[in-house]
Amino acid sequence: MKQMISLQVNGDTYELAVNPWRTLNEVLREDIKLTGTKLGCGTGDCGACTVLIDGKSVSSCLTLAVEVQGMTITTIEGMAPNAEELHPIQESFIEKGAIQCGYCTPGMIMSTAFLLKNNPQPTEAEIRAGLSGNLCRCTGYNKIVDAIGDAAEKLNKDA
Amino acid sequence: MSLPKFTYLAPASLEEACNLLGKYQGKIRIKAGGTDLMVRLAQRALKPEYIVGIRQIPELATISFNPEEGLRLGAMALLYDVACNPIIQEHYPMLARAAKSTATVQIRNMGTVMGNICNASPSADNSPTLVAMNATIVAVSPAGERKIPIDEFFLGPGRSALEPMEIAKEILVPAPLPRSGVSYQKISPRSKVDIAAVNVGAMVVVDEQGTCQQARICLGAVGPVPLRASTAEEFLQGKVITDEVAEQAGALAGTDASPISDVRASKEYRRLMVIILTKRALLEARHGTSI
Repeated sequence: MKQMISLQVNGDTYELAVNPWRTLNEVLREDIKLTGTKLGCGTGDCGACTVLIDGKSVSSCLTLAVEVQGMTITTIEGMAPNAEELHPIQESFIEKGAIQCGYCTPGMIMSTAFLLKNNPQPTEAEIRAGLSGNLCRCTGYNKIVDAIGDAAEKLNKDA
Repeated sequence: MSLPKFTYLAPASLEEACNLLGKYQGKIRIKAGGTDLMVRLAQRALKPEYIVGIRQIPELATISFNPEEGLRLGAMALLYDVACNPIIQEHYPMLARAAKSTATVQIRNMGTVMGNICNASPSADNSPTLVAMNATIVAVSPAGERKIPIDEFFLGPGRSALEPMEIAKEILVPAPLPRSGVSYQKISPRSKVDIAAVNVGAMVVVDEQGTCQQARICLGAVGPVPLRASTAEEFLQGKVITDEVAEQAGALAGTDASPISDVRASKEYRRLMVIILTKRALLEARHGTSI
């Protein structure tokens, strides 16, 4: 039986009737039409579906939509400050060529956001550990690591 | 991967959750972090009619410490919380290490230490240290509370001592004894993210001369449950843990293990790693005693 839920996504409130067995990933993509969040493995291994819930990076494929009512959900669409500008992390990914096919990129960026919030000046080893839950099948890891280092510098300068 | 249909229940209290387990016995599963459960649902390995979510039950989020009673770790304490908690890092650094070496960042942000224990996987990252430190699992049911020593908790792969109507409420870890040291060692084909091919937890307690008074060694992923290395533990009694003694104890732990070959490692490799990781764990634990 469908349940009425209210989700806070990127600052907007969505009132939805959803079946309890639907994942947050499905509801974001299919009901709210925020398709920036991808679905990769569906088992929590690849990180393509990563979103932030109350600031923590989680796999939206392993989260039930009915469980996250009242929590603050941020997806890749919520990163940019407005329609003209991108978030510094997004800029760095583009500038450093860390986007290749792009499928893993939203998840990579959400994991980067979590990493840099908790560790604004990570070492390369900390960057690699922080992103170890995100797979890139183009294997563009070096450029992603470069981009995260660059984003950290930008964010520290802005702060 | 879509999930099979179920009804989702979100009780506000532990008592209510227990009653639901009683009411829907055999048709209901508990969901804490859900990182294992959701995968098993998607694979249709489980098809419960009801899922009871426990993350919104306030008392389960507790992490508290006092020097007499030790640590209380609520069932919803996330792997991330345990890895980053300053009190745990100070008094139980190896619990923090084990939590931090579990899976990925995202899984640690969702999954719980209790969930890792209750799934009763022989290779669980958080079991060996908790066994070494002689933890207790507190279970609640409509009949009341029950304390289960962790040595009696694991019954087989995926099987724990929890009864169908019980919910594991918290983990109690005794306060660190004077002159005690603990270690967690793990080896896996990939250095990060992966499930352990072998893991070892060890706790030693020594007297002022450095003589071993108590040793608890737990071997993971080399038997149907996390195994105590009893031959090695007995051997260590009354000995100063020198490098040579640690090596001999490691060799004995190798005989305590009963590994199998699977996708992660052969049984021969596993036995060899038990020997090496036990030695490393004992040396690090000895160092931790500061004697």
